[in-house]
Amino acid sequence: MPRVNDFNIHVATVNGSGSQTANNTLLRSIFQMGVPVSGKNLFPSNIAGLPTWFTIRVNERGYVARETRNDVLVAMNPETSVTDIAAMGPGSVVVMNEGLPAPKVPEGAVAHVIPFDKIVQPIVPDPKLRKLVVNMVYVGVLAQLIGIEKAEVERALDAQLGKKPKALAMNRAAVDAGFDYAAAHLPPAPFRVERRDKTEGKILIDGNQAAALGAMFGGVTFTSWYPITPSSSLAEALTGFLERYRRDPSGKATYAIVQAEDEIAAIGMVLGASWAGARAMTTTSGPGLSLMTEFTGYAYYAEIPAVIWDIQRIGPSTGLPTRTSQADLLSVAFLSHGDTKHVMLFPSSVEECYDYGMRAFDLAERLQTPVFVLSDLDIAMNVWMADPFPYPAKPWDRGKVLSAADLEKIGKFERYRDVDGDAIPYRTLPGTNHPLAAYFTRGSGHDEQARYTESSEAYPRVMDRLNRKWETARGVVPQPVVEETKGAEAAILCFGSSRWAVEEARDRLREDGIRTSSLRVQAYPFSSEVGAFLARHERVYVVEQNRDGQMAALLRMDYPAHATRLRSVLHYDGLPLDAHTVAQGVKSAEREEVAVR
Amino acid sequence: MSTNSAAAPGPPATPVTTNRIGLTPADYKGAKSTLCPGCGHDAITGSIIQAAFEMALPPHRLAKLSGIGCSSKTPAYFIGRSHAFNAVHGRMPSIATGVFLANHDLTLLGVSGDGDTASIGLGQFCHLVRRNVPVAYIIENNGVYGLTKGQFSATADVGTKAKSGAVNDLMPIDLCAIAVQLGCGFVARSFSGDPKQLRPILKAALSHRGTAVVDVISPCVTFNAHEGSTKSYAAVKEHDAPLHDLTYVPHYENIEVDYAPGETREVKMHDGSRVILKKLGEDYDPSDAFQALSTLHKSREEGKFVTGLLYANPSEAALDRELGLVDQPLASLTLEQVRPPKAALDEVMTGLMTGRL
Repeated sequence: MPRVNDFNIHVATVNGSGSQTANNTLLRSIFQMGVPVSGKNLFPSNIAGLPTWFTIRVNERGYVARETRNDVLVAMNPETSVTDIAAMGPGSVVVMNEGLPAPKVPEGAVAHVIPFDKIVQPIVPDPKLRKLVVNMVYVGVLAQLIGIEKAEVERALDAQLGKKPKALAMNRAAVDAGFDYAAAHLPPAPFRVERRDKTEGKILIDGNQAAALGAMFGGVTFTSWYPITPSSSLAEALTGFLERYRRDPSGKATYAIVQAEDEIAAIGMVLGASWAGARAMTTTSGPGLSLMTEFTGYAYYAEIPAVIWDIQRIGPSTGLPTRTSQADLLSVAFLSHGDTKHVMLFPSSVEECYDYGMRAFDLAERLQTPVFVLSDLDIAMNVWMADPFPYPAKPWDRGKVLSAADLEKIGKFERYRDVDGDAIPYRTLPGTNHPLAAYFTRGSGHDEQARYTESSEAYPRVMDRLNRKWETARGVVPQPVVEETKGAEAAILCFGSSRWAVEEARDRLREDGIRTSSLRVQAYPFSSEVGAFLARHERVYVVEQNRDGQMAALLRMDYPAHATRLRSVLHYDGLPLDAHTVAQGVKSAEREEVAVR
Repeated sequence: MSTNSAAAPGPPATPVTTNRIGLTPADYKGAKSTLCPGCGHDAITGSIIQAAFEMALPPHRLAKLSGIGCSSKTPAYFIGRSHAFNAVHGRMPSIATGVFLANHDLTLLGVSGDGDTASIGLGQFCHLVRRNVPVAYIIENNGVYGLTKGQFSATADVGTKAKSGAVNDLMPIDLCAIAVQLGCGFVARSFSGDPKQLRPILKAALSHRGTAVVDVISPCVTFNAHEGSTKSYAAVKEHDAPLHDLTYVPHYENIEVDYAPGETREVKMHDGSRVILKKLGEDYDPSDAFQALSTLHKSREEGKFVTGLLYANPSEAALDRELGLVDQPLASLTLEQVRPPKAALDEVMTGLMTGRL
């Protein structure tokens, strides 16, 4: 009996060989058959030549985390074929290019050697073009092997190449050739895609596109950015959407987007624009954050709204720029010198990237402080299935801004005075035509009237109010998502993209007799519910994608009384988190727990 | 004043001078300066106040921006009725870029120093000029770090002596030459001790719709006033070489300045105002970038400070036009103007469903 709608396809190719179109065609044609699917691009920091892998998870139950076990391998890269093939287990299927170096096929695996070059030769006489089209042959071979309907492959191909009829025809012919070859020479695989209705009305989108859409519908008016993987595609997607949808009737732009000279300038422009009344954001990754350090501390202290997307990747300098991580938490939480702390949001999905794309502005302007959105490469650059995004139901919140008419009515203005008791002061914008409107913005010591002071009374007064504002923030940031399981002793706490592996791991643990509750943190500062959750659970496994347990460290700082309840399950190899790692981590610790008792 | 003067029927008080918008010089004042008595920067502050008053600049339309250093403190000392942003060291240009794009109706006045601009902020300065962000960018240039007590800055001349006795052997960075090279549409150099020249230059800079670089030699009375310093007040006074006499004629005045033909050149600003340059010695054409660069080069070789309007090309298009922005300031757009309709979202969602975005 073939395994239906529950397997993993792993495609190994050479970077820059045009495999992206082929892999997207595979992904989309399965999606079009109504079967939930997710795709992850495991790629090197390289434009052309280095090995790259694309992994497609076909899963009827909707699991979308990375699956470490591969069922079907397409081996096209001579440099990695030996290890790629050796890693395949019993029952798996290998489709490999003729002439590739290959080890002995692992026991129980089936290997098909396909003469891809010979198949594509008559279709594409030009050898340069042939290199780009050859990948489409494996799409045809796979379609036939695992039962992807050819009409859906054609539809998916047409969606991508419909505007280039010549390329479309060539690629179609390559698919046909692969399909026919497989039909004539290969037995059907023990894995099958069968049509379902589980993707009806759904979209496929990556997190950076989703964030860009959120920012646009959130009313962004100013963006500056400096190119850095994996955040560049957010700025580029935003540019594309804004060019299309944000022109006034005369064709003029209702936004400004500037590619800055570096990340210091990028955040500087954001602060200038926001101070002057724009809805301003930037997007970056680790090394860029380092450069933004001084200005973000300034913005915290001078109370200037700013939205900063941090698409997390690994390491300083080049680090591993194309590998995912959740390791910027501690540096972002306290970015800058002095007593500084920042609001962070942790989107776990493309839906939340869209939602936070809007909400981050509301929060930044309401709280008059930088708001960091910590996405990561896995969410940002991989394609995810989602329900269509809802049109925003609420207007925007631009926070406490006084107009000339307000000033006339109040007759008084003190920039840094807590008038309402929520520790959030009022601000005015330059250009406000009233003699009371102006104030002096500075990073240096200031009093309630924004006057320079080094007073040992005024300074702590300002710092204490900022701390009270931090308390206000706890109540207005996105609240944690809690799932309480009756009788569960253990709980799992996670955030961001770890969500998907955790959800799947909890199902696996349940099958193994380990019941867990869960809490997903959506923002920092933590709201009271986080503390209450820790208080309710004996053991809380904190799952995160970094070496040092950074989320656990933040939790220990806020909840020292519960520090001993926290146990870390960590993953930091640069690949997206998988359910096995989480389930195994929790299971072994829980067994030890039982053994000790 | 005697105690009974209010009741006494003496002569009426001197009528307070008001400008076109009914403001007095006092309306352009700021807090008391905390710089050293006699600082050249305070003289520049005085010229800014006077220039803004005479131009009848509405204070609420002005945004004052600065970086870090003695010079960057000065926005606190003038036009207290304008918003101000005292940023971080060397990064005022990026603040200016953001402020301008958020509200291109504002007039931006940036104050920086030689350390703030020529060292830590050189990169941002270059990119500001390259983007042509409309800001009157004043460098209060004293060749020395004042707030940190007397280190050389990157504009210190070769052979100049520090108070400690150290001699500078490194080539100075000429910010005016860099600005000309980068295509800046308004480049001037002046001297804090010459308000007669500085004031019209400031007015013209504030009228320029693009980056206007005004490098003002502003001697430091504490760390650069000694014998052997090329930027002491005495040395600058002695080596100041003005290119021309400047007169600024605002757009609302239709004054014909009476000079003999061939004696003057005129630069027409974006807002209709004019700068009239009266020849002093050799003819100088401020629209000639090559002449500007060779003049700067020569003056350095001769140990002179050439001052005046070095280069002017007021036609350069500013960044907001470059980006095709709406006429209304971005900061004042309403939600309806910036949130696309539901149909737009539907269109994108359909594209994402079918893969035909």
